[in-house]
Amino acid sequence: MCLCVPSQIVELHEDSTATVETMGVRKRVSVHLLSDSLAVGNYLLVHVGFAISRIDEKDALESLQEYANLREELGEEEFSRLLV
Amino acid sequence: MKDIELKTLSAGFRDPEVIHSLTRKINKLATELNDSIQVMEVCGGHTHTIMKYGLNQQMPDNIEFIHGPGCPVCIMPKERINHAVELAEQPNVILVTLGDMIRVPGSKGSLAECRARGGDVRSVYDPMDALTIAKENPEKTVIYFAIGFETTTPMTAVLVELAETQGIENLLFHVNHVLVPPAVDAILSDDDCRVNALIGPSHVSVIAGAEIYQPLVDEYNVPVVVSGFEPVDVLETMLNIVEQKLEEQKSGEKPKLQLQYSRAVVPGGNTAAQKKVDDCFEPREHFRFRGLGDIPGSALKLRDKYAHRDAELIYSDKLSTEELDDHKVCLCPSILRGQAKPYECRAFGKACTPSRPMGSCMVSSEGACNAYFRYSDLTDSE
Ligand code: SF4
Repeated sequence: MCLCVPSQIVELHEDSTATVETMGVRKRVSVHLLSDSLAVGNYLLVHVGFAISRIDEKDALESLQEYANLREELGEEEFSRLLV
Repeated sequence: MKDIELKTLSAGFRDPEVIHSLTRKINKLATELNDSIQVMEVCGGHTHTIMKYGLNQQMPDNIEFIHGPGCPVCIMPKERINHAVELAEQPNVILVTLGDMIRVPGSKGSLAECRARGGDVRSVYDPMDALTIAKENPEKTVIYFAIGFETTTPMTAVLVELAETQGIENLLFHVNHVLVPPAVDAILSDDDCRVNALIGPSHVSVIAGAEIYQPLVDEYNVPVVVSGFEPVDVLETMLNIVEQKLEEQKSGEKPKLQLQYSRAVVPGGNTAAQKKVDDCFEPREHFRFRGLGDIPGSALKLRDKYAHRDAELIYSDKLSTEELDDHKVCLCPSILRGQAKPYECRAFGKACTPSRPMGSCMVSSEGACNAYFRYSDLTDSE
C-alpha cells in the first residue's frame, strides 16, 4: 500500500495532472500535491495515482557512487586477504 | 554530472553486489556491539522488503527485526470495517475504498462479501477514481472509505477540495486516516517493549517531514533512520543504526534522527500537501488501532466546515458503536512490541490465514504474520 514507484514526466497537462512513464508504462497522475515548478524529464515519486515528491537526481547519483565505493573498498579487502 | 536513467532509480538500489557489500559491513561492525539491537521497521512496506529479500536472514544474531504497526489496512479495527459494510448496505450508496481493504473481515464479513450480496462496493487503486465515480453517478451517494497514514491523507484532502470547487455534492467521506508517531509512541512507552532502534517510514516523511520522529528520539533515546524501500536503502539504514549504536557505546554520543532517503525526503516534508491536510482535517481525541487498542490523538477527522461531507455524521444513526477486539489467542500486540514472533501464535497458519485472518498482523500483505506466512511457503486452504 505504501510502495511508490519512481516515474518520469513525459507531458504536463493544464488540470494539474501529468503523463508519466514507469517501467515502460505510461499513465496520467495528479500533481496537485507538488508546488514547485515541474518540467518534462523530472523524476517523481508516485503513490496511488498522486505524485508526492520530486526525486533529487544528484542525491540519488551520489548514493549510488557511495555504494560503488563501498563495493570497491570491501572487494579490495577481500582480495588482500586472499594474498596472505 | 552524468544523467541518471529511470531504471537506475530502482535497479541501482536493488543491486545484489551492493546488498552483499552492505551486509558484510554490517556483520563485521556488529561484532563490536556490546548489546543486541532490536530494530522496529514501523512501516509494512519495509516489512515487505525485509521478507522478500530475506534481509532478516542476512543479519547477525545480535540484530533482530521487529515488525511494526504501519499498515493502514492491518490496523483497522473491526468496528470500522463494520461501518464500511453498514454504509455499503444503505440504499442508493456506492462505497469506494482502496486496494486490500475490501478483503478484510469485520464481524459482519468483508466488503467483498457485502458486494457478493449485492452491495455496490468498488475497490480502486487511485483515490481520484472516487471523484470520477461520483460524477458519473449523480443520482447516487458515493462514500469514499478513506484509509491510510500520513502518506495517503493528502490525497483525500485533494478529493475534498475538488469536490467542493467542482460542486460535486454526492461525494461523502468516512475518514480513517491515522498517524504514525502516536502509534509508535504507544508501543515504545510499554515497559515490556524491547525495541531500541527504529526504521522510519519514508513516504510518511515525504509528506509530513523527517522531523516528526525527533520527539521519539528524544523521549526514548533510540536512533531513528528514515529509510527508502529498496533493499539497499534498508541495509544502508541498518548500517547507520549499527554505527550510531557503536558511537554511543564508544563515546556516549546520543542517538539521533538520520535521513537515509534523502533523494526524496526533505526534513520539513511536502508543505503544499501539509497545508491541504490541515485545511481539511483535525485530530481525533482517540482512535482504536486493531492489535494496539485505544491511542490518544492517533487519527484525523474532517473539520466542522466539511460536516456536510462526513458520512460518519450523516449516517450516524445507521452505524454500530460496539468496539470489537481480536480473538484472545491472537498475539499481535506482543508481536508488535517485539516479544513474540508470528509462529509462536497457536493460530498461525491454522485457524488464522490470509484468507481468514483472525488478527491484524495477518490481514494485509504488509502485516508481519502475513509476510511470515507467505515467505515460509505455507499454503492457504482457501
Ligand atoms: S497468526 Fe493470526 S491470530 Fe496469531 S498473532 Fe498473527 S494475526 Fe494474530
